[in-house]
Amino acid sequence: MSSAGEHRIAGVGRLTPANPVRFTFDGKAYSGLQGDTIASALIASGVHLVGRSFKYHRPRGILSDGPEEPNALVGVRRDAARATPNVRATVQEIYDGLNAVSQNRWPSLSFDVGAVNDIASPLFSAGFYYKTFMWPKVAWEHVYEPFIRNAAGLGQAPTEPDPDHYAAQYAHCDVLVIGGGVAGLSAALAAAESGARVILCDERAAFGGALRFEAEARLDGKPGYDWAQDAAATLAAMDNVRILSRTTAFGYYAQNFVGLAERVTEHLAAPAADAPRERLWQVRAGRVIIAAGAIERHMVFANNDRPGIMLASAARTFLNHHGVAVGRKVGVYTANDSAYAAAIDLKKAGIDIPAIVDVRDNPQGSAIDEARAFGIRVLTGHAVTGTGGKLRVASMIVEPNKGGAAEIIPVDALIMSAGWTPSVHMFSQSRGKVAWDAATERFLPGTYAQDCVSIGACNGTDRLEESVSEAIAAGESAAKATRKRAKKSKVKIAVEGGGDWTGSMLGAGPNGANGKVIKAFVDFQNDVTAKDIRLAVQEGMHSIEHVKRFTTNGMATDQGKLSNLHGLAIAAEALGREIPKVGLTTFRAPYTPTTFGAIVGHARGELFDPARHTPMHESEVAAGAVFEDVGPWKRAWYYPRAGEDMHAAVNRECRTVREVAGMFDATTLGKIEVVGPDAAEFLNLIYTNPFLKLGVGRLRYGIMCREDGFIYDDGVVGRMAEDRFHVTTTTGGAPRVLQHMEDYLQTEFPHMKVWLTSTTEQWAVIAVQGPKAREIIEPFVEGIDLSNEAFPHMSVREGTFCGVPTRLFRMSFTGETGFEINVPADYGRQVWEKVYERGKSMGMCLYGTETMHVLRAEKGYIIVGQDTDGTVTPYDAGLGWAVGKNKTDFVGIRGLKRPDLVADGRRQLVGLKVKDGKTVLEEGAQIVADPNQPVPMKMIGWVSSSYWSENCGRPIALALVEGGFERMGRTLYVPMPDRAIEVEVTGTVFFDEEGGRING
Amino acid sequence: MRRYSGFALVREAMRGHKGWGQQWSSPEPKKEYDVIIVGAGGHGLATAYYLAKEHGITNIAVLEKGWLGGGNTGRNTTIIRSNYLYDESAGLYDHAVKLWENLSQDLNYNVMYSPRGVMMLAHNVHDVQVFKRHIHANRLNGVDNEWLTPEAAKEYCPPLNISQSARYPVMGAALQRRGGTARHDAVAWGYARAASDRGVHVIQNCEVTGVRRGGNGQVTGVETSRGFIGAKKVGVVAAGHTSVIMEMADVRMPLESFPLQALVSEPVKPCFPCVVMSNTVHAYISQSDKGELVIGAGTDQYTSYSQTGGLHIIQHTLDAICEMFPMFTRMKMLRSWGGIVDVTPDRSPIIAKTPVSGLYVNCGWGTGGFKATPGSGHVFAHTIANDNPHRINTAYTIERFNSGRLIDEAAAAAVAH
Repeated sequence: MSSAGEHRIAGVGRLTPANPVRFTFDGKAYSGLQGDTIASALIASGVHLVGRSFKYHRPRGILSDGPEEPNALVGVRRDAARATPNVRATVQEIYDGLNAVSQNRWPSLSFDVGAVNDIASPLFSAGFYYKTFMWPKVAWEHVYEPFIRNAAGLGQAPTEPDPDHYAAQYAHCDVLVIGGGVAGLSAALAAAESGARVILCDERAAFGGALRFEAEARLDGKPGYDWAQDAAATLAAMDNVRILSRTTAFGYYAQNFVGLAERVTEHLAAPAADAPRERLWQVRAGRVIIAAGAIERHMVFANNDRPGIMLASAARTFLNHHGVAVGRKVGVYTANDSAYAAAIDLKKAGIDIPAIVDVRDNPQGSAIDEARAFGIRVLTGHAVTGTGGKLRVASMIVEPNKGGAAEIIPVDALIMSAGWTPSVHMFSQSRGKVAWDAATERFLPGTYAQDCVSIGACNGTDRLEESVSEAIAAGESAAKATRKRAKKSKVKIAVEGGGDWTGSMLGAGPNGANGKVIKAFVDFQNDVTAKDIRLAVQEGMHSIEHVKRFTTNGMATDQGKLSNLHGLAIAAEALGREIPKVGLTTFRAPYTPTTFGAIVGHARGELFDPARHTPMHESEVAAGAVFEDVGPWKRAWYYPRAGEDMHAAVNRECRTVREVAGMFDATTLGKIEVVGPDAAEFLNLIYTNPFLKLGVGRLRYGIMCREDGFIYDDGVVGRMAEDRFHVTTTTGGAPRVLQHMEDYLQTEFPHMKVWLTSTTEQWAVIAVQGPKAREIIEPFVEGIDLSNEAFPHMSVREGTFCGVPTRLFRMSFTGETGFEINVPADYGRQVWEKVYERGKSMGMCLYGTETMHVLRAEKGYIIVGQDTDGTVTPYDAGLGWAVGKNKTDFVGIRGLKRPDLVADGRRQLVGLKVKDGKTVLEEGAQIVADPNQPVPMKMIGWVSSSYWSENCGRPIALALVEGGFERMGRTLYVPMPDRAIEVEVTGTVFFDEEGGRING
Repeated sequence: MRRYSGFALVREAMRGHKGWGQQWSSPEPKKEYDVIIVGAGGHGLATAYYLAKEHGITNIAVLEKGWLGGGNTGRNTTIIRSNYLYDESAGLYDHAVKLWENLSQDLNYNVMYSPRGVMMLAHNVHDVQVFKRHIHANRLNGVDNEWLTPEAAKEYCPPLNISQSARYPVMGAALQRRGGTARHDAVAWGYARAASDRGVHVIQNCEVTGVRRGGNGQVTGVETSRGFIGAKKVGVVAAGHTSVIMEMADVRMPLESFPLQALVSEPVKPCFPCVVMSNTVHAYISQSDKGELVIGAGTDQYTSYSQTGGLHIIQHTLDAICEMFPMFTRMKMLRSWGGIVDVTPDRSPIIAKTPVSGLYVNCGWGTGGFKATPGSGHVFAHTIANDNPHRINTAYTIERFNSGRLIDEAAAAAVAH
């Protein structure tokens, strides 16, 4: 007996006894060998009970040896923050110190209170929850649903942020080979030796696929598995090949774009701190070769779910690869020859095989003869109709199909095979159409939709020799199709042996699941029995999609890899229709569950959505700015001084700008350079304003609408030359305005000679506003006459500023004399510092977006997106003057003429004066005419902007009010939860109504 | 119809569930019906049910190209809420929520309406302004919606990351406690069963290939893959394919169809108590009764009829989910899928008569139709039965796009439905 488990057989398997590995399961210590999975190591120690089922909490063991495992899901916990639920024990390799726990049981795995569900299981038929829990009504939310939720679910979700990181890589290749079994390796060799750039991936730790259990096959004179390792090594050494183990191709998207998830450190005891846990590969392939193999199916019979019952190929892998016997007395139930091979291998290893029960009446083939020659009792035309045991299978009940006495045969493990299901998942995800092959009872790739090809077992190619020649041909032809100078490869692989298996069984076995027998499992994890599927059909679920959703068959974490075909066959039988007529449910990505973190990759924390900073950002930080998020930008919100809260800081900034001057970072506003002989004509169509006659060196405030006639964006446009404009947009609108313009240029006005370039990041923009603005900037300006006469409000000049080229705008969003200094972004910070140094000495302050908002509201200037909401026309906003009266066309001109847009009673932008002179209204608050009406109230408007105005000494507000222009001077109400606030409708200009300051 | 109840279930359990009949019948189509509904999704089946129940019209066929409930009804993330801004929207969606509250009992089918609360996160000043506007309007419309501080939001949803160092810190949230989720398939099945019980024919695998009209332009029936079926009135409720059907009657619809994706994680024990939506970081999430995290992604950029979508859309969504809930990176995506959503210019639906006499249409639900299912069916049934809209759907005309009388929730809210 080995220290790595008493069921480890000396001299059998490929693992080295010299490499023991210690781990724990539910707190108990075990040891296994390097190369073991949790599953193989536990079986080596005689442990089969590893989990509980979803609904009935039935004891469950290890069914498979791969990612299709529905039962053996465990939690793996490195530390509190590195706890992963629902890990497949059949995939997770053990490492020293691995800590695994069972799931979905309380208080313990062997004694689980939830198992009362099993006793009450007659109640819990398919879809039972749709028929009950309706009375009393309130009980659903407070009693039934919490109970169901607590009973459902598998493992525990992590509760702490994940300290691990995940990597991402994009890759292009000529040929992507999915699956590294015989077919995949052969195809990769052929493609690579033909000169193609190849990526080969396989979900397992080692290449070889079925060669892990298929001990008889020899390739190039070597044992199959050894050949596979040599082939992988050959490939790994080639410059044009990348091979990825532990890498699952999980999603096949459009244009041969395939997602691969690589598990980088999950098998390591002490991963390097800088190693990613997983890596996402996003591969664009010239051609995809799918060599995904086939998955063995279980037999559907009563109590087929006891621990110790497993797939024959799994038992064979545990034996031939891990050197582990799954029992000492192993029963066999099969409809396929492959289980014979497993029985023979076990027998050779000295394991007792009490009987092979073959549901077929007269199976033929060398495997059957060989089994008999080994003296194994073969019962053909028999079925296993039940099993005994509780936490482990203890016996199988065998009955002749034609009737007769039942025999109870003691066993401590039962292996089974209902045949093999080709893995058409990736083919199907590529939107290929599968076709039913009646002779072999399986769906195979039919019509292809993308440039891919299926080879080997997933293509229904059963014989090893044929698989290899098909693979070599596919590899060579893929290289030829994707590579101009592909040479013919010299790959030749000699093949001996390999199974030649036939036989298949779909649906429930004889006597299984009929009449009183109700627990013949089709979908193990979700506890779906054959009877559930028949009940679904009985209740009118005639589409396979309805059967799936009603019973949850195929919706567990294995996504129906074992259950879908059985469920389909049972439904087809109950419906009296042929299987292909009933149809398959859709195969969806991912092939196996894929870690969120792998998909997210680096896009976490600061890289989630990188913040955009202006060139002056660091200066603003140094000046103590508080920032706000505006789109992707961090904008200085206000600059509090010691002891100031936001309110105090904003009041000071507002006062200082109007009394002295203020400096503001306006860089985030979108900027688009519009150039070309038709640029003026183009802008004339995009904006509601006229642009043809705008003089060079002049600015114009412009409004743009969508076709619907509602305000879309606004900004100031400067004419730099006859054929060149400097357009500004709102901060949030920058990308979509450029798209909007491009869209029109390309689809509506393609005849125009106009070029659009985003220059948002090319210019740093410093606004200096206030009575002393000119005086502050004057010493820095060269080549521009700043006098009112030479450089009036709404003009632009080019010159230098601090010796740097500038486009100097004379404009104002505050109502004060103002300049916006555009300098190349790289000089932004130095210019900012220079101006600030001088301005500060003259009493100027820095101000942020909040002060900007208040100052513009004092002047009644709108903010698109705050005072407009996509339902406001230029006329509604009081900006009718900005719509060119003589224009015959612009985007939105027809929309603006629609009946509702010119009707009475539209919501119009007005000012509000709060009667008490001190309450600052809440932005978003609603406005009514009669505050005493019952709910639902008739709302006639809403408050869009509202601030305390230090300069006015009272609160100010802008609002959109029905027929607002007609209500000047009228009293309205803003109902709050505790009271209604009285307001008077006013104009929108609260400060300097004459507007003289702007020309100062 | 065999009534469902705990008692019936116990009785059936004792005799092997042999007594359960078909939930809905699968009849051959008749030559003619009073009303044909095109599309057996939730909205179409609900329409048939309310026509039978409230208007006494039972000679109805619901025609379905595929399997009932197989479109967006069975593909959405099942969020239910009614805290919409405009009076018209609040009226429609709150009408639906009121029907949701008693739907299981009304249909005698447990649709698992679970008012676990829908919380919408505000991440910037603009969000705060917009949500407050909603809250004020909702209050005056009698619709519940309340403002939560970040701390209160965290208390309501403990996994939420409210750290101020987050890329987009949570500045608060709007919570509608009556909002929640329901079991989508059960809604389709419950309506199908209850409608079938009242004599409605639900005919699956029957694709409409043409709309036949009489000399006066009046609808006389539809051509289908199973032959011509006559009808006095036809209601089209075909979601992403509505414009295709309406084209057959020469009505051009103001609709664009986009793929929309969603995904679920592997099931885990209860870890997420409510529905959370964030428009700024583009994600919504809840946990199903089964234990799966149900996560809605965005639409593709381009119009398409393909019920699939790109990996980058899923990536963007999971980026956002893991940013808000950083403990979920070790969870695994179990299944992802796509549906086709039909989107109007103002993101509000059309529930209306059409220029063709006898032809009615209910469409344009975009990414948020599930929540409205009972209300939508209820008022559409009224519209068909009376050849006149219900008070609640008067504004939801096709003509509003010509007149400009829009119900622009998207523009107003900047919030995904």
